[in-house]
Amino acid sequence: MNDSPVPITVIRPRTGWQILDLVELKDYRDLFYFLVWRDIKVLYAQTVLGLAWAILNPLTQIAVFSIVFGKVAKIPTDGIPYALFTTVAIIPWTYMSEAMTLSSQSLVTGQQMLGKIYFPRLLFPLTGVLSKLVDFCISLVILLGFLIYYRVTPTWNLLYLPLFMLMMVAIPAGAGMWLSAMAIRFRDVKHAMPFVVKMLIYLAPIVYSASKIPEKYRMLYSLNPVVGVIEGYRACILGTAMPWQYILPGMITTVLLVVGGALYFKKMERVFADVI
Amino acid sequence: MDKDLAIKIEHISKCYRIGMKEQMHDSMASAMMDFLRSPIRNFRNYRSLYQFDHADPDNAADSTDVIWALNDVSFDVKKGQVIGIIGGNGAGKSTILKILSKITDPTRGRAEIRGRVSSLLEVGTGFHPDLTGRENVYLNATILGMKKKEVDRKFDDIVDFSGVEKFIDTPVKRYSSGMKVRLAFSVAAHLEPEILIVDEVLSVGDADFQKKSLSKMENIGQEGRTVLFVSHSMSAVSRLCDRAILLGQGKVVADGPADQVVSAYMNASSGTSAARVWSDPGKAPGGSVVRLRAVRVRTEDGEISETFDIRYPIRLEMEYDVMRPGSVLLPHFNVLNSQGQCAFTTLDQDLQWRGRTRPVGRYVSTAWIPGNLLAEGMFYVSCYCLTLNPDTRQFGERSAIAFLVSDGLDGDSARGDYAKQLYGVVRPLLRWTTQFSPNAEEPVAGAAEHDPLIGRTS
Repeated sequence: MNDSPVPITVIRPRTGWQILDLVELKDYRDLFYFLVWRDIKVLYAQTVLGLAWAILNPLTQIAVFSIVFGKVAKIPTDGIPYALFTTVAIIPWTYMSEAMTLSSQSLVTGQQMLGKIYFPRLLFPLTGVLSKLVDFCISLVILLGFLIYYRVTPTWNLLYLPLFMLMMVAIPAGAGMWLSAMAIRFRDVKHAMPFVVKMLIYLAPIVYSASKIPEKYRMLYSLNPVVGVIEGYRACILGTAMPWQYILPGMITTVLLVVGGALYFKKMERVFADVI
Repeated sequence: MDKDLAIKIEHISKCYRIGMKEQMHDSMASAMMDFLRSPIRNFRNYRSLYQFDHADPDNAADSTDVIWALNDVSFDVKKGQVIGIIGGNGAGKSTILKILSKITDPTRGRAEIRGRVSSLLEVGTGFHPDLTGRENVYLNATILGMKKKEVDRKFDDIVDFSGVEKFIDTPVKRYSSGMKVRLAFSVAAHLEPEILIVDEVLSVGDADFQKKSLSKMENIGQEGRTVLFVSHSMSAVSRLCDRAILLGQGKVVADGPADQVVSAYMNASSGTSAARVWSDPGKAPGGSVVRLRAVRVRTEDGEISETFDIRYPIRLEMEYDVMRPGSVLLPHFNVLNSQGQCAFTTLDQDLQWRGRTRPVGRYVSTAWIPGNLLAEGMFYVSCYCLTLNPDTRQFGERSAIAFLVSDGLDGDSARGDYAKQLYGVVRPLLRWTTQFSPNAEEPVAGAAEHDPLIGRTS
């Protein structure tokens, strides 16, 4: 035979906490690529508008919010035009909420595969998080349109944007790991998700400005990592001062969410195939 | 671990908790109370689905909803061995494959695998109807563990083998189910693992596809790869495997040469074996004239056997006592295949006793079935005896014994080198001739004849 070392697989009951096997994940990167790509291809299969849906969805929401909260309720936005103010928030928010919903259901929708073949289970929740990035990139067209319309000039703050994009991806990834592992045992997750997403929209400064939150609740409020992402996006794109007091607590929560999610997922992983 | 071992399984047990019982209520009030309490109960139940720390395989009564799908299973597989795993429903066959494929963890025990493993518990895992054939090939192949480069290299072969070149860029949902299976199998057939784990994939698709996958498995076995496969097709197991393992209720019941294990399994499951003996004459079929004492199936050399190579003769034998003299007997056998089709009925041809009355005593009548007559598969032998003038049935025993005929791929049986499905109850080796002329206008020249029965070309 050949000289390459023979891989030895040991199979035994796993107990307690497991750490992520990054080497194994690297081995499966081709599969990861094809899974993401399948998600993207399939999402708009047999639709007339296709990828235009990625623009239409957030655009409708922007229109509704601008009319209801901007024109009717006249919510103050620190002098920023309301449509621009809310667009900067809705674009990342749409991505986060959709990625989180998709990711939380990934194991349940993939249960057929789960029982028939082995590959790192982590690919299930992570696939949705990556495939939704395509929608996000397309919806950036809307943002670009508003920026040109309102003649917003870029500032050096824009250099921080990758940081908030990373955070924006990390949040649904972390939440997806928690929720998908829970959903496989408790299908309640599926019913709770739409409700949670609706609530979260008001727990983050999407339709209103974070400066309206009373000083004493600011810390608690900022623990919601979505707050950090939205405030970060606003500061980067619109060139306002970086509100680190809203961002840093959220970053800590994000790290905890991802690390905790990975640990919980690995702990639950061994029973997935048995409880579907 | 030994260098020449591919798989080593040590004391593997697997416990499942099957769903929970629904409670019945005899009053509206108790049903209401239960409904209100149900969230807490459901939470406990769903959470406990995977907790087996207190379960004990030797004390099955400790919990009513725990099932030990595997219970202390140990065996080794040598490199290059082709092993069939057989057993009834719920015997644990699929569970052992799932554990070796890393899909689920064992509850106890340990297994070690040396070499690159591919497991094929399903054909076409991950196929998506909205993707084209090409896209599905890439997706399915990477799911089965191939790298993208590997798929690039083998892509043309895969498509050729599947025979769906024309539709490779059409979404799979427009395919017929046969095309889909062919494409999916084609991907699986191009895996090149050192160890292949296959579940009942032979049972999907049409008969043609089953044979195709069988012959592909045969090739894999010959290439020196280790194969572990589960099948319900006993003739496939005895043909393809060096060794078979019979599982029953989560335990290894038998482990040995495939033929022996297969026949042990068939005896246990159908209750019919290669020999049946009535030691108590009072319970034997028959009346005051003749009684049947035993029915057996033997090889040419006289050994009792349940499995036969299609190329060699088979002896059917009945042993009976004549208790009252003066009758002319006509013993006969009736041979049916597993679908209940009658292959033939054979009547006693022994001239020594034809038309003669028989004295009291013990008789053994044997019918010789030539080699290359019956097709492969299971056959059930019924055994009868008539007395003539007037015709009266003295005894009749339906499906008294059973045996299995297997047709290897050695090339000198009637299947030659053809590995696919062959229909029919019989599979005789016939003489074939071919006449050939390079020019259709000219008369045919003297034909070369090949007689398979004498094996020479005249």
